[in-house]
Amino acid sequence: MLRNWRQRITLTDVVIWAIGLSILVVVVIGAIATLRSGKYALETWFDLSMSGLALGGVYALIALGYTLVYGILKMINFAHSEVFMSGPFTAVFLAEALKRSGFFDSNPVVSLLLVTLVSALVSCGIAVLLERIAYRPLRGAPRLVPLITAIGASFFLQYFFRGLYGSGIRAYPNIPILEGFWSVGGLRVFRTDVVIIISAFLMMLVLYGIVQKTKMGKAMRAVSEDKEVAALMGIDVDRVIVVTFALGGLSAGVAGVLYALAFPVVNFYMGFIPGIKAFTAAVLGGIGNVPGAFLGAMVLGVVESLGPNLFLDGLGIPSANQLKDLVAFVILVFILIFRPTGILGERLAQAKA
Amino acid sequence: MAHPDRSTWRQALNAGLVAGIVSLLLSLVGMVEAFEARDIIFELVPMGQLLLVLAPFVLAVSTARKAADRSPLARLAVGLLLGLVCGALLVAVRLIGEAVNLRSVFINASPTLYDILGFGMALVPGMLLRLAVSAVAGLVGASLALLSDRLRGAVMQAIIWLVLLGLLRDLMVIVVDRWGPIRPVFRWLFATRGLTIVGAVAVFVVIAALVYLRGGKKTTKIAIRPPKQQRVVNLITIGVIVVILLLLPPVLGTFFSQVLDSVGLYILMGLGLNIVVGFAGLLDLGYVAFYAIGAYTMGVFTSPELGFFNLTWFQALPVALIVSAFAGLILGLPVLKMRGDYLAIVTLGFGEIVRLLALSDWLRPWLGGSQGIQRIAQPTIGSLVLGNQMQLYYVFLAGCAIVAFVAWRLKDSRLGRAWMAIREDEDVAVAMGIPPVATKLMAFAVGATFSGLGGSILAAQLTSVYAHSMTFIVSINVLSLIIIGGMGSIPGVIVGALALIGLPELLREFAEFRYLVYGAALVGMMLMRPEGLWPEERRRLELHEEELLAESAEPAAAAEAAAN
Amino acid sequence: MKRTLTALSVLMVLSLLLAACGGAATEAPVVEEPMATEEAPVVEEPAAFECTDAIGCVTVGPDEPIHVAYLLVISGSNETLGVDSRNGAEIALADHGPVLGHEVLFTGEDGGCSAEGGQPAGARLAADPTIVGVIGTSCSSEARAAIPLISAAGMVMISPSNTAPDLTLPGNENQWPGYFRTAHSDLIQGAAAADFAYNFLGVRAIATIHDGSLYAEKLVEVFRDAFVALGGTVTGEGAVQPDQTDMSAVLAEIATGAPELIYYPIFMPAGAFITRQALETAGLEETHLMGADGLFSPDVVEGTGDAVEGFYVSSPDLTAFGDAYMADFVPKYLEMFGTEPISIFHAHAYDAIGLLLTAIEGVAVVDADGTLHIGRQALRDFLYSVEEYPGLTGSLTCSEYGDCADPVIAVYQYHVGEYPPERIWP
Repeated sequence: MLRNWRQRITLTDVVIWAIGLSILVVVVIGAIATLRSGKYALETWFDLSMSGLALGGVYALIALGYTLVYGILKMINFAHSEVFMSGPFTAVFLAEALKRSGFFDSNPVVSLLLVTLVSALVSCGIAVLLERIAYRPLRGAPRLVPLITAIGASFFLQYFFRGLYGSGIRAYPNIPILEGFWSVGGLRVFRTDVVIIISAFLMMLVLYGIVQKTKMGKAMRAVSEDKEVAALMGIDVDRVIVVTFALGGLSAGVAGVLYALAFPVVNFYMGFIPGIKAFTAAVLGGIGNVPGAFLGAMVLGVVESLGPNLFLDGLGIPSANQLKDLVAFVILVFILIFRPTGILGERLAQAKA
Repeated sequence: MAHPDRSTWRQALNAGLVAGIVSLLLSLVGMVEAFEARDIIFELVPMGQLLLVLAPFVLAVSTARKAADRSPLARLAVGLLLGLVCGALLVAVRLIGEAVNLRSVFINASPTLYDILGFGMALVPGMLLRLAVSAVAGLVGASLALLSDRLRGAVMQAIIWLVLLGLLRDLMVIVVDRWGPIRPVFRWLFATRGLTIVGAVAVFVVIAALVYLRGGKKTTKIAIRPPKQQRVVNLITIGVIVVILLLLPPVLGTFFSQVLDSVGLYILMGLGLNIVVGFAGLLDLGYVAFYAIGAYTMGVFTSPELGFFNLTWFQALPVALIVSAFAGLILGLPVLKMRGDYLAIVTLGFGEIVRLLALSDWLRPWLGGSQGIQRIAQPTIGSLVLGNQMQLYYVFLAGCAIVAFVAWRLKDSRLGRAWMAIREDEDVAVAMGIPPVATKLMAFAVGATFSGLGGSILAAQLTSVYAHSMTFIVSINVLSLIIIGGMGSIPGVIVGALALIGLPELLREFAEFRYLVYGAALVGMMLMRPEGLWPEERRRLELHEEELLAESAEPAAAAEAAAN
Repeated sequence: MKRTLTALSVLMVLSLLLAACGGAATEAPVVEEPMATEEAPVVEEPAAFECTDAIGCVTVGPDEPIHVAYLLVISGSNETLGVDSRNGAEIALADHGPVLGHEVLFTGEDGGCSAEGGQPAGARLAADPTIVGVIGTSCSSEARAAIPLISAAGMVMISPSNTAPDLTLPGNENQWPGYFRTAHSDLIQGAAAADFAYNFLGVRAIATIHDGSLYAEKLVEVFRDAFVALGGTVTGEGAVQPDQTDMSAVLAEIATGAPELIYYPIFMPAGAFITRQALETAGLEETHLMGADGLFSPDVVEGTGDAVEGFYVSSPDLTAFGDAYMADFVPKYLEMFGTEPISIFHAHAYDAIGLLLTAIEGVAVVDADGTLHIGRQALRDFLYSVEEYPGLTGSLTCSEYGDCADPVIAVYQYHVGEYPPERIWP
């Protein structure tokens, strides 16, 4: 048995595992050091965790787009980050108009719903257009081609929206009912965070339900398992793919508004980093897997929020928070190297009810 | 099912809407306004107007062609309808713009744009004229569809050349100012902005005629010469090219040398990425990391600011190259087992990690943090410091020449073939005995070295290096130019660099829309011509397998028919 | 397609090569030059002007315009800075009118607020021998790359908004002859901010956040040193990325030191996020928040919403400008460009043009037929010796290293929905 083992593991594997392990060790040491120093109060860790969860909720909804499309087409929709951006960046104009007319203040909930609807529709539209124009003609092409197309589409959309709406920032109006926090036993629970987490969770439930319970969902799972056989079974593959993109787009649009609740300033560039992080989340949880996307996103959100303060600070790194994105990227690299199937495994079709 | 009649008109309607939307978007994004200052034909055809009629024209050509079974009059009508619909959409938006302040949302819906839409006239006559012009554009496009393929090809090419010449007028000015004798010709062809009407007509006729006459044969025969003669011809060609390249800086002056320096840098990096993506098929989106590592190594080893070492540029160069190669290996190791999409994302992650680390306060004592590293040495030969744009051009040229040569030799070597085997089908390649680990690592290492070289020369050019410039966009720039030029093809890289890096320098208005056009070009190329502008033969075969099979069946069938 | 491309490239290269055979090896001429003008026939010997200038002379023919250029950031996320400066310069040109009977041709390049943008832009300008002076750059990173080229070409460069100290520091490698600026050095802004914090607000413990940009980091350094010299302490230093949205972690870290003021001289939108989220961070609810001139723009009010109340920002003191500023300049800006000034260095650009044109008028030798000869070294010498020039931004005196500003830094405070913010100090 040992010999079998020796034959399968190469030097490169050993080196990589050694590097990975050492990074892990360093991280743990850093975490212990920070906790020992008692620099941060419990309330602070709680606050950070809450905002991490909220961020995770947003990532989850974006990750849904990545995971669904990958499950069906086996490709990463690079342009999904711009699908995400297009929704809130367009809906902000509606929000501004509603605020100006006073409707926003008198009917905040209705206004929010309207804004979310517009955002979701725009994102959905962009996603469907993307599929139709850029991806459908390239269904059978070698792997590299649709990937490059996706990258090109991503840049095109980014600068297209920049051209349309300008390179400056737009801000969502303040929402008085969402401001402030509830005090729960000395800990602060911010209203915005709660709304985001609950909304994200509900949306995920809805989408999971669609994938698991409806006929269309069944068709989606069938296509993701084997496209040709599904077509033979009478499933309209094209339509299924369009629906997949549409769902991903809707979800990203909703995510966009939730993101804007927490971070009300939007510009054309806002999609890039959340896009990569959402993809990391999707892979972390197991790409192709809806609950996996949620789980991965939550984990990523919390780790990202706590990370710099927890690990890096303890190691004595100056301005540790500058390296916040570094934490996310390192997680990305780690997951893809050591466990590309993610926490919950890979298949969309194999998700249990 | 659907009546043939109705579907043609429906097609025309749809196409018209699409054309209208495209023209509208071109306007709202700001391209029409930005390009308006530039004339193609002096005062007759500003570039902005051209952009507005481009969509209906092109779509009319293709829609009318598809309606091949209809009468010529019907096809013309199709074009007319298409143009009208397109114009109607534009007019509708313009009218909405009168009532609603579109500018609060779409920042480019400005009075200037409205002016351009309405040809500078009052609202009603302007809009009517716009309808008319769009309709005419559609009509003209449809009429082109009626021509024979050959004639149409000739006309289209002539139009393209016309537009190009008009755009490059400013470039010509610089050339002409140096060469007296050509001035009268120039004056006759060009006006203050763009081409003269007479000149435009002349160019159109001449080029159309040329293309038409040559377009008779589908395939071009390659002259077969005895090998010795061929070698002499090759040598002479190479010699001429070398002489021209060496003479460019003093001829062109500092401005163009600067442009050529940028082009040279991207050729260097492009050739490197070409090996990774083009030869070996490994999509590396973190390529900027190696460029950064090369530049920073040069900085760390030669700058007295950090004070660690004080080498000269030439002394530090091998160090920079070795460090870059090593970085390539380190990047390559973990990603050996990954394919396609995952590989791309991981490399992107690496690229960002390198940038964040270079920018961080943490590594500031060693890498300079956000202040970067300054006072980087420039290459010195004896007492001559190669510091200004023209001198550095030669350094870039030398670098490009060496790198191109290495790439060219590698392509036909065993290693090169191993790369291409892995690109085409990794599992089969491994089954055939190609060691995947070593091959991929070599690809990364060589690509990284080339990029490191580019970074080192750039560090010398700017005598400084800042982490802010090592962004993901640089990787995208390099990727775009090799994709558009032709993946895996060395002349393709050069063409791509000239097109994507040289043109924006020369067409300043274009710079604002640079990435928009890059993105669109990438998508467009992948949809229509994935092998690039100057493709590598094998790649073209890979990507068009089925079409070529069908084509080769044709002559055989034709020969059979002829024989009978 | 291949053949077409080859043909095109060969054609281009051949024509360029043939160009070498004719014409002297002069540098590339101005691209804007209309081809319609006839070359002046060779004139018989005028009283020949001998150019004795150490660098060289610019000769402006009787009907030719004087060519002044700009190198500013006019596209991209920092475009308000450059466009605003250019607007100020254009107002100055309109106000001044023709110089010695010659019109002024004002063209320029986009510097992109980075070294890679600044260098090619600088090279292009340096290659044009008709340019007398350059108004620029907008950003200090552009400047470091462009100044050597422009200085080597003998031209004069006056910046309306470079604030990095090293550009006019004696002996510094980034300080070049021929470079001037009408904007303050950050040494002054940082010190003023520290003064405000220590003496006016009375705080003793501060924290800083920068965004990894040259400008912010340098300013934070100056502020910190000045504050410590006054006797205060620095409890924490943080950094964020310019596109970062979630500031909770860095604010949590800063909060552990319990600072009384957080200084973050960064830009939008990061500044807005910090301001908003600081109010929600445990321990920072009462902390003073302060930014610098990068956060002096209408965007800040819009982007920060209700949280902007009480936000301090240091900036050149607009009220210290002469009366002419509010009475003449601002209305003219509104008239010419349709909006109120969009950034803060427009008046500095106005003065930069003023200085340049005054200098040209001072050193130009006018021929009988109206030809101007402008000595480049003479131009520099004139500028270095400027004393008490009555500019819009104050009384300008140029130091021997290029600092011409009469800097008065003020601190402003934002109120919800109001722009510009209210001046509260000194």
